[in-house]
Amino acid sequence: MAGAAIVALGMTACGDNGGGATPTATKKTVKVGLAYDIGGRGDKSFNDAAAAGLEKAKTDLNIEANELEAGATETEQDKYNRLKLLCQGGFNPVIAVGFVYAGVDPANGPVAKAAADCPNTKFAIIDSVVDKPNVASLVFAEEQGSYLVGAAAALKSTTGRIGFVGGCKVDLIAKFEAGYIAGAKAAKPDIKVDVNYLSTPADRCSGFNDPAKGKTAAEGLYDAGADVVYQAAGGSGVGVFQAAKAKGKKAIGVDSDQYNTVDPALKDVIITSMLKRVDTAVFDFVKSMGEDKFAAGVQVFDLKKEGVGYSTTGGFVDDIKTQLDDYKAKIIAGTITVPTKP
Amino acid sequence: MKRWDLRRVLPMIIAPIAALVLAALVSSAALLISGKDPLEAFSAMFDYAFGPNSGPDVTTEILNKATPYYLAALAVAIGFRMGLFNIGVDGQSRLGILAAGALGAASFLGVVPGPLRVVIMIIVAMAVGAAWAAVAALLKVYRGVSEVISTIMLNFIGGAIFAYLLTTERLGVKAVGGEIVSTPLLKSDSWIPGMSLFAGTANKMFGFAFVAIACGIAYWFLVGRTRFGFDLRATGLNPSAAVASGVSPKRMVIATMLLSGGVAGLVALPEVLGRDHAVTTSTPALGFTGIAIALLGRNNPVGIALAALLWAFLDVSNLPLDLLDIPKEIVTIMQGVTVLAVVVAYELAARVGRRQQQRSVGAATGEAAIVTLGIPAAIAAKLGVEAVSAPVEPPDSTAPTDPTVPGKHREEQS
Repeated sequence: MAGAAIVALGMTACGDNGGGATPTATKKTVKVGLAYDIGGRGDKSFNDAAAAGLEKAKTDLNIEANELEAGATETEQDKYNRLKLLCQGGFNPVIAVGFVYAGVDPANGPVAKAAADCPNTKFAIIDSVVDKPNVASLVFAEEQGSYLVGAAAALKSTTGRIGFVGGCKVDLIAKFEAGYIAGAKAAKPDIKVDVNYLSTPADRCSGFNDPAKGKTAAEGLYDAGADVVYQAAGGSGVGVFQAAKAKGKKAIGVDSDQYNTVDPALKDVIITSMLKRVDTAVFDFVKSMGEDKFAAGVQVFDLKKEGVGYSTTGGFVDDIKTQLDDYKAKIIAGTITVPTKP
Repeated sequence: MKRWDLRRVLPMIIAPIAALVLAALVSSAALLISGKDPLEAFSAMFDYAFGPNSGPDVTTEILNKATPYYLAALAVAIGFRMGLFNIGVDGQSRLGILAAGALGAASFLGVVPGPLRVVIMIIVAMAVGAAWAAVAALLKVYRGVSEVISTIMLNFIGGAIFAYLLTTERLGVKAVGGEIVSTPLLKSDSWIPGMSLFAGTANKMFGFAFVAIACGIAYWFLVGRTRFGFDLRATGLNPSAAVASGVSPKRMVIATMLLSGGVAGLVALPEVLGRDHAVTTSTPALGFTGIAIALLGRNNPVGIALAALLWAFLDVSNLPLDLLDIPKEIVTIMQGVTVLAVVVAYELAARVGRRQQQRSVGAATGEAAIVTLGIPAAIAAKLGVEAVSAPVEPPDSTAPTDPTVPGKHREEQS
């Protein structure tokens, strides 16, 4: 996927050209190692958002990076080994994409153990909090973005019924659900929201990477009367869009601006996407490393920081944009507090 | 005593080596087609697994990976030996480990001393695994349902039960800030300590590996040295002949499936007792891996051990390939080709061996004819055999005795 990865960050002339050049003080070599979640690159959603951030870092900051994919049936130990391989192989920073890398017990999971093995390597984990001096935890206020698309779904619904498809029954996805329902009720108090989760952690959250299951679940929701379905199901989301297309209904994307990432034939069912700027988080993190500004601890990417939001590509929500932006302003101002649990 | 017939044994040794070479060639070809250097790939894998830097750590890791693989393959092999296809190791091991993990961490067992709790966990894991396998066994015996179908289906049902039970409302708990559900952590007195094998790594070999080895020895003894094992093999080789010799097929099916399921229940224990100390959703089940390894190891306890090590090596050492821009899926190709090639190679080897054996039997009977019928030496010379004075021992006694003769097998086994 990528070649060797030693790159100079910052503007620097290459050594001595003519003897007059002085070496720039900001020159710094950075090798970025990135480990994907289940589903990996090509899920058109969560992992691809991380990949986009890394690509941007590669071009804008002129760095190269190495990426490793996760296997579907691997154990926590396999994840730990992957991170260890990266950090012991000289990659710094190492970015772990997804809560699975935090493990069962974040205090003693794959990232925590690898961070202890490589105390001089800086780590970042996305979507989970790992409390170590060399780990930055990049988390998102998904409920805030979901609130906005929930309002959009309710305003666009003609049947008074909307749906939600979650990839896996974990607290993280419950944040999407909670925000979505709260937003929908705020826009239309009598709206009905049907919820369907595709998997549980016990079946390894297979629902993040099972488009067929996503399709079946969405068909069920549409048949029950919903006309807009929001999916927070990673790679399974494509199935939700296919169901929407087949039934002539609408859907809402997640993480990436999915209007741009899906098969062109499915574009017109996506009225908006809840943007979770994993790309921004990855890019900013790599950039801060280049500038020697690593900060351990939790960084929350919310509406205020534009870490979450909604997309307008396709123009389906242009008519309600003022209402949505009004909610957005209120959330940023703190007059609306979005719940994180349904 | 068995007589080592080199002409029969040699093909059996050459076969797996030839299969491995073939697998390496096929994966090299796949790499060359995609424009990668196979030597670079293999040396990266070997360097990661056994090199001076990561070697101590990764070699231990390979051994630890091989331990559950070995148990899963043993479970499958027990069924194979009597012609039963237990594809349900996955479901059996998941339910077994969940029951054991939940019980081991249960507060009402807190007063029981740690080592005893480990024994209880092992027994419970085996009992639950066996019970789940018994469903398929009973269906086969009383309703004629093929165990291939029923065990596959039971995997799904077992997986669903596992998923249903391992939630925070039932058997599961969640750590602070964690997203993944597991059973409560086992008390440290019921952890099985590991063994440091190499200097330069904190990684330890699972203590449970010794239990796995003991299982291998027990398997060898049971199948090769007991009346039950003989009935098992006889039924596998020729069911109707076994029935004629007084073996009850129903009893054999149930007993074999129970044993197979019992061993399946152990599969995840090395990791749960030795490292994770809780049953998590990523606790391995390995049913299908077990089938491949049992095939590769030819149901032989030592063969399975070597196959499990090879499989573990391939699974662990592919990690650095991505860093070299070499698709690690090459390892999956290699594993697939190895199993296929081994199956084909052994079939060929068996044919060669049989032909050799027939030839020597033919020669021996020829010699016997000369002796007993008094065929003149001149004619014998024409027939191409040397005249001998003493009757010749049957050339091979490794093949099972004709099981159609009731009661005869008991002496044969002693």
